[in-house]
Amino acid sequence: MPDFLFNALLAGLALALVAGPLGSFVVWRRMAYFGDTLSHAALLGVALGFLLDLSPTLAVTAGCLLLAVLLVTLQQRQPLASDTLLGILAPTTLSLGLVVLSFMDEVRIDLMGYLFGDLLAVGDSDLAWILGGSALVLALLLPLWRRLLAITVHEELARVEGLPVAGLRLALMLLIAVVIAVAMKIVGVLLITSLLIIPAAAAQRHARTPEQMAIGASFLGMLAVAAGLSLSWFQDTPAGPSIVVSAAAIFLAGFALPRRAR
Amino acid sequence: MSDALIQLDGVGVAFAGQPVLQQVQLTVRPGEIVTLIGPNGAGKTTLVRAVLGLLKPDSGTVRRKTRLRIGYMPQKLHVDPTLPLSVLRFLRLVPGVDRAAARAALEEVGAGQVLDSPLQSVSGGELQRVLLARALLRQPELLVLDEPVQGVDVAGQAELYRLITQLRDRHGCGVLMVSHDLHLVMSTTDQVVCLNRHVCCSGHPEQVSNDPAFVELFGQDAKSLAIYHHHHDHSHDLHGAVVESPGLTIHGPAHVHGPGCKH
Repeated sequence: MPDFLFNALLAGLALALVAGPLGSFVVWRRMAYFGDTLSHAALLGVALGFLLDLSPTLAVTAGCLLLAVLLVTLQQRQPLASDTLLGILAPTTLSLGLVVLSFMDEVRIDLMGYLFGDLLAVGDSDLAWILGGSALVLALLLPLWRRLLAITVHEELARVEGLPVAGLRLALMLLIAVVIAVAMKIVGVLLITSLLIIPAAAAQRHARTPEQMAIGASFLGMLAVAAGLSLSWFQDTPAGPSIVVSAAAIFLAGFALPRRAR
Repeated sequence: MSDALIQLDGVGVAFAGQPVLQQVQLTVRPGEIVTLIGPNGAGKTTLVRAVLGLLKPDSGTVRRKTRLRIGYMPQKLHVDPTLPLSVLRFLRLVPGVDRAAARAALEEVGAGQVLDSPLQSVSGGELQRVLLARALLRQPELLVLDEPVQGVDVAGQAELYRLITQLRDRHGCGVLMVSHDLHLVMSTTDQVVCLNRHVCCSGHPEQVSNDPAFVELFGQDAKSLAIYHHHHDHSHDLHGAVVESPGLTIHGPAHVHGPGCKH
């Protein structure tokens, strides 16, 4: 197997592994739009990275984290509904990113790569970022799992039972922000949320516990990565979109299987 | 009172400048069942949220016993249908609860049969019992129940109130609950607090049911209660205001409930 394909496969599998449990929370807590907004902000992170001469991965991670904090703060401070707020922030950050990039004449970047991912160009340092980021998210997520589940079921009940709900909610958003920053190289700004949501939605039909759904989503996501990369390798299709199409095919196939008896 | 589980003093809450609660006094002691009643919009849930610490009052003080363990039963539980969660798993979200403890708590509230059912599939009455079991698993000193019989049929309601009384007897905890149903509450509660933005009157159920402020709020319902409970233990002055009698407390400046009155 050529090096670039090996890197791509490893990066994709690592991302799918952490996207499973986090994507499940995105589905349970109806945060799909939140994920979209963060991913649009990633492009602004790229632009600022060039402007400040930082590594793009670092800049995107910092940008996503900042936006997550900004969102939580805005949600608490003003009366607009969350989806309105997200609807303002998502296109604004994306457009701002494009405008900033246009000012930098000397920078020629492959915009398509950022919008739709450039998985086959994952280098060794990219791979290190992706593996490190995924491992970090997983290491933080596991000890928080039960508490995150508790605030997802009923926030006020969790608060009365002594859980720091606001802190946990922020932690979840930051974890999602890291995953999105990591995922940008793999499927691109416009397709990131699909990797969080589609495998989780596919696993949901056949899961009987939250953990089954999370692990099932990881598994189906990894399957989609493997299938998408194969498609890309043999048919010369773009890698990111091929993964998303594979995930969607797995989701549809789930309807053909009988729902598990409860 | 130092033995109180929770004591509210002159609590006021306003939303967007509109007062929702004013000058509320409330005390719950161990082993005591206190019921909040009042019409829609009277601020019952707001008061419960202040007791739970979910909301910080704009004025007044809320004193809790140090390290007070509260078992809270929320009015509604909406779990997203995509979250596969069994009743057992829901109960085990309380730290340190194993299957045996969850089963014991469910059986205590008479819902042992739903242990392994998906949470979203249990009926309204069963869900209330599951929520009660979760509150009990905290080994509470104070049970706070926000409309515990909501969505339960009439026979089930009486049974649930009996169950709450039994739980109080068995666990010795204080109970603060919100209710709409005057008849059922009267027989199971130690103290009734009649709320309409402020505490209209409070005291033992029989005394409260004779209070003109109470009759004003609940109209015909209150009269049918009065048939059972009416024996004059207080008198009215010339303006119709109640002259205080032992055991019955009229809070705030006594006032006549008349046309100028907004509640």
